[in-house]
Amino acid sequence: MVPLSYYLVLSAILFGCGVLGFLLKRNIITIFMSIELMLNAVNLTFVAFAAHWGVLSGHIFVFFVMVVAAAEAAVGLAIIIAVFRTRETLNVDRVNLLKL
Amino acid sequence: MLHPILFFLFAALCVGGAINLLVQKHPINSALSLIVVMASLALIYLLLGAEFVAAVQVIVYAGAIMVLFVFVIMLLNAGAEERTAGSRIAAVLGIPALAVAIGLGLYVTLQHGITGDVALGSTPGYPHAVARPLFREFLLPFEVTSVLILIAIMGAVVLAKRSE
Repeated sequence: MVPLSYYLVLSAILFGCGVLGFLLKRNIITIFMSIELMLNAVNLTFVAFAAHWGVLSGHIFVFFVMVVAAAEAAVGLAIIIAVFRTRETLNVDRVNLLKL
Repeated sequence: MLHPILFFLFAALCVGGAINLLVQKHPINSALSLIVVMASLALIYLLLGAEFVAAVQVIVYAGAIMVLFVFVIMLLNAGAEERTAGSRIAAVLGIPALAVAIGLGLYVTLQHGITGDVALGSTPGYPHAVARPLFREFLLPFEVTSVLILIAIMGAVVLAKRSE
């Protein structure tokens, strides 16, 4: 038996790591991976609460989060490729115009 | 007895991978440590009795999404990260705010939060059980996700297309 709070604390630590990566990293791909890490942390909370309350809605929500994450990864990486093609850099500090 | 040991093992793998993601300079190393995080999260999902979610986590996250990341990193020939001064403000303002938010969340969770244990496999999360609500109560959201995926495919093609 593992207390529910352990899962929530693990999820908070992972989410914190994701936010730290988002704030500190300068590479646009690593920042994108930090966002995926945050989504994973939230998924863990969903599954932990689903197991705690004994309902399956949490699992369904995790499924939808994964679908949105997959769509986001496809579009986001396409944007990264388009940005790299015009700027020749992956550093977010050098990408300061919305215009391509 | 085995349940807490397994939980702490996989939780340590998760946190270690997440910290390695932050420490590494090269994006490919960060991507590989993110795969470690996702695989050990899948094992934690198995401990929670979410077999379907664990399988989808491995197939979609550790498989498809991370392959996409590694593919783009190699396609763009991304080198080691270069440091620039612009990250100073984020570090000065963001980290204290993050520490306060996480600390508050941990305090509420551990002191006044929901207490209770999660038994091994307390909720049946095998595909047969998950499919029932997915195709009944959540049928409309499920169908809407197919439209979302279609739009994402078209958006990715249009964005990554070389303009004439």
